[in-house]
Amino acid sequence: MTTAIGRPVDRVDGHAKVTGTGRYSAEIALPGLVHAVLVTSRIPSGRVGHLDTYEAEHAAGVLAVLHHLNLPKGGSVPPLLPSLFGAAASGQTFFPMQDEVIHYAGQPLAIVVADTLDRAEHAARLVHVTYEHTPAITTIEQGRDRAYQPEKIFAGIIPGRITRGDVAAGLAAAHQTVDLTYHCAANHHNPIECSATTAVWEGDRLTLYDSTQGPNATLHTVAELLNIMPSHIRVVTDYVGGSFGCKAMIWPHPALSALAARAVHRPVRLALSREQMFSGCGHREEQEMRMTLGADRTGRLTAIRHHKLSPTSHFDDWAEPSLSVASQMYDCPNYEGVYRLIKANTMTPTFTRCPGEAAGMFVMESALDELAERLDLDPLEIRLRNYAETEPGSGNPWSSKGLRECYRRGAELARWSERDPRPGRTRDGQWLLGWGMASSAYPVTPPGGPQRARARIFADGSAVVQSSFADFGTGSATAMTQVAADGLGLPLERVRVQYGDSDLPNTAAAVGSAGAGMVSAAVHIATTALRDQLIAQAVADERSPLHGADPRQVVVSEGRMQLRDRPGTGETYAELLQRAFMSDAEALGTWNPPSMLGTGYGTMTFGAQFAQVAVDPELGLCRVRQLIGVFDPGRVLNRKTAHSQLMGGMLWGMSHALLEGTVMDPAGRWSNASLGEYLVPVNADAPDVVIETVETTDTVVNPLGVKGIGEVSMVGTAAAIANAIWHATGRRHHRLPITIEDIL
Amino acid sequence: MRPVSYSRVADVATAIATVTADAGAAYLAGGTTKVDMLRIYAEASQRLVDINDLPIDHIEVQPDGALRIGAMARMNDVAMAPLVLDRFPVISEALVLGASAQLRNMASMGGNMLQRTRCTYFRDAEASCNKREPGSGCDALTGINRGHAVLGTSRHCIATHPSDVAVALVALDAVIHVQNTDGHHAYPVDDFFLLPGATPQREHPLNHGDLITAIEVPPLPMARNSLYLKVRDRESYEFALSSAACALRVAGGEVAEVRLALGGVATKPWRARRAERALLGQPATRESFARAAAEEMSDAVTQPMNAFKVELAQRTMIRALETLAARGEPS
Repeated sequence: MTTAIGRPVDRVDGHAKVTGTGRYSAEIALPGLVHAVLVTSRIPSGRVGHLDTYEAEHAAGVLAVLHHLNLPKGGSVPPLLPSLFGAAASGQTFFPMQDEVIHYAGQPLAIVVADTLDRAEHAARLVHVTYEHTPAITTIEQGRDRAYQPEKIFAGIIPGRITRGDVAAGLAAAHQTVDLTYHCAANHHNPIECSATTAVWEGDRLTLYDSTQGPNATLHTVAELLNIMPSHIRVVTDYVGGSFGCKAMIWPHPALSALAARAVHRPVRLALSREQMFSGCGHREEQEMRMTLGADRTGRLTAIRHHKLSPTSHFDDWAEPSLSVASQMYDCPNYEGVYRLIKANTMTPTFTRCPGEAAGMFVMESALDELAERLDLDPLEIRLRNYAETEPGSGNPWSSKGLRECYRRGAELARWSERDPRPGRTRDGQWLLGWGMASSAYPVTPPGGPQRARARIFADGSAVVQSSFADFGTGSATAMTQVAADGLGLPLERVRVQYGDSDLPNTAAAVGSAGAGMVSAAVHIATTALRDQLIAQAVADERSPLHGADPRQVVVSEGRMQLRDRPGTGETYAELLQRAFMSDAEALGTWNPPSMLGTGYGTMTFGAQFAQVAVDPELGLCRVRQLIGVFDPGRVLNRKTAHSQLMGGMLWGMSHALLEGTVMDPAGRWSNASLGEYLVPVNADAPDVVIETVETTDTVVNPLGVKGIGEVSMVGTAAAIANAIWHATGRRHHRLPITIEDIL
Repeated sequence: MRPVSYSRVADVATAIATVTADAGAAYLAGGTTKVDMLRIYAEASQRLVDINDLPIDHIEVQPDGALRIGAMARMNDVAMAPLVLDRFPVISEALVLGASAQLRNMASMGGNMLQRTRCTYFRDAEASCNKREPGSGCDALTGINRGHAVLGTSRHCIATHPSDVAVALVALDAVIHVQNTDGHHAYPVDDFFLLPGATPQREHPLNHGDLITAIEVPPLPMARNSLYLKVRDRESYEFALSSAACALRVAGGEVAEVRLALGGVATKPWRARRAERALLGQPATRESFARAAAEEMSDAVTQPMNAFKVELAQRTMIRALETLAARGEPS
């Protein structure tokens, strides 16, 4: 019986967060705590010539200066595997401070540990490094000639080249084609909370308070890096101040904090500075994409050729999967997607909210809009004419697809048919107005192994449900409380969810929009198993009013088991447990997800987005006036947190279109590594945002039919805005972000 | 952070005596720039003398109609003062469009006159910067220079002056009042801000221990028709790529009086005197405005990434002038 799921319940951790009583990983108060600060490389390529630590070691309060010559060696660097697999998940296959070689600017060279943060920061400035420089490549322009086609990208799970049909034939047969090259700047995540770990040793047992999307990912990665048993590590993640992917993989700092704590025999806190966040936990790589589309006279696509070029690190063949959704969005028999990489002096890029699809679908949806213009077709119409009724390539049915309704409702909200479709015709004083639209989609990917939760009910009828997942701002703790309450048939206030601790039942990292689906599956299975166990106990108990009843006819409401047809007959969990002198009862729930290799269905969350912009062409200004998004996320667990997450994604999409870009300095380091220089939107930039969801039932993806909303709403926003700018001004833009000098 | 000592003073004379006597000392007003500078090692003060208790925070009208702003008046208090809103809207608008509400509540007007450039290479203590370390070179010339200046530059420095309100003050011929152990000095604001030339480390004529006590804005009736137009990448909490402080009086369809200054494009708050000269007596039309704006920018020196600023600055001036002209001739 569903009563709690879906309701716009306030966050269970809201009070602790807004009153400051919630302790984040860099706020854990421990006796004897000391502070570690990283000294990082100024140069992108070369060697440490001389590392002079004398002055730092003798500065006030300094306990240790660790570097490649004195850092104790541990285990090995695990392979690069997405944390959704639930195993070790190193963000890159390189661990710093093992030798004097410098691979990227920002690479950690030394750790200074001191009694206060200010003293540690000051002493870090007193570590004097002399460098031996070697030539570096840090941008596409510098490395274009050295590009290669990797066998696999994205941690070895996506081929470097995917084809179907015959693209050359499809282009030759086309009535109209577009062949366009796009460039997207690198992006950084910039959560408000910088990454941090506090490490405490008790004998040979290690506790890490770590800001992460996956406590178990931290546990397994640090176990391998330090060569200690997983059973001897506990990772606690009570609060996370945002992540957006920079805490999805495990970077060097948790292991370095543990090594520092072992060296000084004190608990150590290691928090990255804002500047270090730009070279300490990955980024979305700079990328250039070429998109060639062909269509017949009616606008039906005959060919899609989508090539991407991007820099990766020296260690790993990483590209975010920019081609995936773009290859499955439209019904087209002929397709070719190719990734090309450049080995560059950067760290390994990583998941950044909406990895791949934010950039890839900007390209697809912008190019399709240009194709529609050349065919004199309405942008919405060309999308409908190429609507994929089954999954392109495989021909598999979709597990669910509400996209047609998303288009219809979005167009209605946007009054799409009422606009003058000709570009540059609508004015409001100094502003030219434009409307644009784009499709959204994001894959639903199952985790790599079983997901678990434990449900325990006490003799008073209150329950605690435990699972190791972290709530990094998405609202998952609140949503899981709702799932648990419904599973047990208890009111919300009688259920507490305990989470953020690797000692609790195992879950993978909540990444790839998979968190709500996989954790809700485990919580649902655990809580309904406990409910069924108690119902079975009641019907078998001669003293129970339910004795002898068919358990399938027993329902639970407000903690009372009762007959579906005769609610007067029944008893509460508390009565049952107390009579049996049981202080509690519990059940473990395990969800074995479908294979990552495929379910026999196409599984995606879809949506449609519409944007209205106002452009002041004289001053180069673009202001987004309205964003409309309609999505088909399957079951929504909490309407309020879902709305917030969808809105956040759309606003980030707007920011991707107009503001965000990390710029590489000619010296080979990020030039705008601060929140003053890397622009994210402020409230004044935020438009009116309208969000709706369409009803879709999905019985394939997971027990509750949750398709996931973490990223889909960022897909397509940038294209909808770029298309709207064209509609306002008549000019197309092929570079992100679109800035004042582009519009002038 | 480098160790610093801290003390608090309650009167101007003690403040000046304390800082003057210690070469490593500096005044601490709102702290919104100073503390940042210390944290990123772009400045090296060893002692901070907190002047937040000094009684120099009044905003008042002088008998002659001049506006006198105490150096410790907060940006927000000045922006919201009724007499500023009424007589000098350009000052209020420039303040409100600067920084964030939180910073404006902290930051002092005197401190605003001394705020440091946002040039990445100035703020990166390890980069080459003639302003921070004379003779070390200028990484901005070959670096990321989209935000840098196109007016008033030299081969030693192209750092943009960041202040908004200083642009308005330059347009209004304000005077900076300074006190030191020798007594009182007054600098016309346009002389207060120095071009970088070969000495970009010298941004103003103050010597160690000099304390700004007040900013005086002379009476200017036409300033009631004034505005500050700021063009920037995001809608709030961002420095100008181009801005204009402008006051205009049109009589009989012609420009009778005009004040124009530019921000975001120059190494100091830039009084657009050429444009002003070109405008006086001309018809108040887009054509005259465009001609004057082009004249002002004719000596601009651009870098690969900031060439667009020449066009943007002209369009900013034209828009500001057109907007004021459209408000009509005062009755």
